[in-house]
Order: sequence, then structure tokens, then C-alpha cells
Amino acid sequence: MSSVKLTSAVYAEIRAHGEQTYPHECCGALLGVQSVEGWSIQSSVKAGNTRTDSAHNRYQISPIELMKIERTARAQGLSIAGFYHSHPDHPAQWSQTDLAEAHWLGCAYIITAVENGHAATTNSFFLAGTGEEEKLFEPQQIVIGE
Amino acid sequence: MTIFIPTPLRGYTGGKDAVELEAATVSEALNQLTASFADLRKHLFTPEGKLRAFVNLYLNDEDVRYLPEKEATAIKPSDTLSIIPSIAGGR
Repeated sequence: MSSVKLTSAVYAEIRAHGEQTYPHECCGALLGVQSVEGWSIQSSVKAGNTRTDSAHNRYQISPIELMKIERTARAQGLSIAGFYHSHPDHPAQWSQTDLAEAHWLGCAYIITAVENGHAATTNSFFLAGTGEEEKLFEPQQIVIGE
Repeated sequence: MTIFIPTPLRGYTGGKDAVELEAATVSEALNQLTASFADLRKHLFTPEGKLRAFVNLYLNDEDVRYLPEKEATAIKPSDTLSIIPSIAGGR
């Protein structure tokens, strides 16, 4: 199983974001550096959820916001390493919608279940595969460190 | 001009996060990019040659889809083209 390293601050931030937007889904980007051991996440960036029509069970980050996040990451010597979102009152497992809409191969997709407004389980899934036709989510270990 | 390569596609550009090239239009820039890095093509275009629906292109701060001439838009040497795969999901 692969792993993704998060600072304790980032781990706390993404879980708190899920509580702040409850009962709507939160979303954001994860910025980090890659090594042979995998991604090491240095910071998270909150993003707006553009799916205001169905924010309790869908999320989307606007491409222009994402472009600006990537520009910021680049200026800091970091890369977009993945994304996070919450599942209000739903398990922290990827859905078919998550997989269909996931296009950042080689990146981490972190999901936090938020139960009755409180962050519960947080899981990470690595988007594996070499193309759209054969992509898949693989569970990965979250390692908390500084 | 400079094309910024997103994380998932850097494996097809030899690890480069940006590629410098000379081109007259957005379309020509993409063709040059995929001529230099052939494995990129299937990630950006459908087998029919259309840009994949989840691939967003920004010429500087402008979404290429909303430019009057779209991919035929002329570019200057100082321009940047960002390739941004979309991100969405939900339970």
C-alpha cells in the first residue's frame, strides 16, 4: 500500500473544513512535494464548491480557481499533490462519481466523513493507472508527521 | 511561449513542469507539444482528435473555450498556456 504524508496542521485543517461547511461538502487542494516515497503534503488550500445546486452530495472546484492554486503552488516550489473533500453523513469511501470525475492520475484524493457536523474517519485514495480508460482508486495510508 | 504542465502529465514530459516553445496559435502550440511528447496526446485528446472534455486550457487568465477564436487564438511569445484537468466528485 502506498502512503501519503501530511503535517498534523494540514490534517487538522482539512477535517475542520469539512465541519465548517457541513451539511455541505467541502473541497480543496493539497500542495506538496513528491519523492520515491510518495507525496509529502506541505499545505492545503480551501476552494469554493461550485456545485451550489447539490452541495450536500457533490463538489466541484472551478478551473480558474484551480489554475490560480497551481500558480501559487508553483511560486512556492510545490505541486498540486491531490485534493480533499468531505462526505457529510456518509462513509469516507470513494464513490463512482468521485472516480468518474477524477483526472489527476498519480495524486491523492482524501475524503473525510463528517457525521452530525463532526469530522470522523479520514481516508486517502491514490488515483492509479496510466489513462482514463483504466484508472482506479487504491487505498493509501495516511502518515501524520511534521 | 510557456506551457505549464499539470502534475499528472509530467510523467510524459520527462518530469518537466513547463515547456517552452514557439507557436502562432493555441492549437499549434498543443500540436508542437504533443509532437515533442507523443505520449501526451492520448491524455489531452480523444481518439477523434477533440480536446478531452475534462481538460481546461487557460491562455494567461482566459479560458480558451470562451475566447472568440478558441484554439485558433493567436499567441505572443510572452503568453502562458496552463493545462488544468478538472476536479469534481461527491458521494
